[in-house]
Amino acid sequence: MASVTAPPPTATEPAAGRPPEAYKKWGRESWKLRAPLLPALIFLIVVTQLPFVATLVMSFMSWSAQPDAPERSFAGLDNFKTVFTTPAYRTAVLNTIEMTVVVVGVSAVLALGIAMLLNHAFIGRGLVRTMMIAPFLIVPIAAAVFWGNGILMTGFGLVDGVLGQLGVPGAQDIAFLTDHPKLAIEIELIWQWTPFMMLILLAGLQSQDPEVLEAASIDGCSGWQTFVHMTLPHVRRYLELSIVLGTIFIVQNFDSVLGMTGGLNSTNVPFAVYETFYSAKDYGVASALGVVVVIGSLIIATFALRVVSSLLEEEN
Amino acid sequence: MRTWNRRRVAKIAIPLAAWLIGIVFVIPILYMVLTSLHHPQDAQTYPPSWGAPLTLENYAGLFTSASPITPALINSVITSVLSTLLVLALAIPAAYALAIRPVKKWSDVMFFFLSTKMLPMVAGILPLYLFTTKVINMPDNVIILILIYTAMNLPIAVWMMRSFLVEVPPAIIEAASIDGASTFRILTRIVAPIAMPGVAATSLICFIFAWNEQLYAKVLTSVAAQTGPVYVNTLIQTEHAYLAELAAGATLISLPVLIAGFAAQDKLVQGLSLGAVK
Repeated sequence: MASVTAPPPTATEPAAGRPPEAYKKWGRESWKLRAPLLPALIFLIVVTQLPFVATLVMSFMSWSAQPDAPERSFAGLDNFKTVFTTPAYRTAVLNTIEMTVVVVGVSAVLALGIAMLLNHAFIGRGLVRTMMIAPFLIVPIAAAVFWGNGILMTGFGLVDGVLGQLGVPGAQDIAFLTDHPKLAIEIELIWQWTPFMMLILLAGLQSQDPEVLEAASIDGCSGWQTFVHMTLPHVRRYLELSIVLGTIFIVQNFDSVLGMTGGLNSTNVPFAVYETFYSAKDYGVASALGVVVVIGSLIIATFALRVVSSLLEEEN
Repeated sequence: MRTWNRRRVAKIAIPLAAWLIGIVFVIPILYMVLTSLHHPQDAQTYPPSWGAPLTLENYAGLFTSASPITPALINSVITSVLSTLLVLALAIPAAYALAIRPVKKWSDVMFFFLSTKMLPMVAGILPLYLFTTKVINMPDNVIILILIYTAMNLPIAVWMMRSFLVEVPPAIIEAASIDGASTFRILTRIVAPIAMPGVAATSLICFIFAWNEQLYAKVLTSVAAQTGPVYVNTLIQTEHAYLAELAAGATLISLPVLIAGFAAQDKLVQGLSLGAVK
């Protein structure tokens, strides 16, 4: 939780082009104007930025809370060396990337398709929309534990049961959670996050002028041509926004891993941080892992901020 | 002729596909509710006992068991409601300073808020854990959770509130100010009515995110301050049939979010897109 450099201010900034006397007035009044901003800023810095600074400091310390551990000391880059050379941590990084790319990619494609279906008028559209949104409104850990225990569990899970009733031999022994733990988590996350992306995309589609589409249809454009040349450019920003926001949430996912597999062959970075500090009580390595997460997120965030700032510019 | 056929196919295929996908997405939830209404021994069979008799005993059990859900629900309500109120108290003035009488470099401030949201919650958890348990010695306390959830939702709230306040026409405020209206009067008579839908949307989103949070709640609480999401995880048992009660707990804690989300579907979109989609 640190800040990243904001993109250069745009020309829409109110101070730009102000005559000099206005600047003087600005200076006198500026503290009055800034005052309402300060409580929020100070609060946020204290609760999110200071802990991150502490994490940074601790990442250079050898510090374990195990009863037989040596005294706290300066460790240089040892913790980072541990993070990059321990296979389990490398796997956690790769798992995070894999799960995020799969979930966000599949969800985005599904969400666009479903949003396009729901953009047509048909009987019961409101009800279908409500049904589609529902997965997103289930508390994430509740959804994860029920997927893990009620749906994908070996034997009494819904999937094994239905496969058995359809006559699939040995269905009772299919163990999705242990055989394909990452896939199981990905399916659950796709189920939960497709509705989120769909809602944003549907709002984008509905802001498209229907007369333009009608004109295209009268002029003889095929459905595919209309989609590629008119719909897709129109929803591009919405697609980017949903991908960016989806990525932010999926990278941070902890509940699905804990609730479904407990980390078995599917540990991601947030879960690894949790385990390293909460179970293994290695504060130094956990902090180094936290710093690595932040650096990774900075890369995503830089891209994300660009997308959001283009939306902001459009608004002005 | 060809287009006519195509249109006709589309007229049947689109609703059919939409309904089918909708049903696929809702099945896990319907099955969760069905499981929660079965007797524990009927809920955990291979294959599923579809027609087993229905009962509310699992829901009753959540409230009457040796470790009932009630305190966790109360804690969830307290943390979600109070953190949402605190978020509003901090975000509304901030949004005012960013939208109505914007400070210099307002867009930098906006992006600072946003960037704190983009960095993972998990990166600050260890210092907050040590600070809470070792420095101020307040483990298992809802106040800490309220403060953390406030910080977690503050960036979203500032962005959303600003997107609403920006819609207040500056000319009206200027005119009122020239006519001698006080700042208080301007705020209550002009800004508030336009901003109210924004406050509602912001509250909804902050409430849902605080209600759903589990990682910090798990790490920073044990018994007294345990929240609903942490409680649900403890329903997983190995010694007896547990699935029905787990389903009941999962359904019960999701109910407030489902109700709030369905009641305000359009606000949900606005909120989730940080106010970018109206």
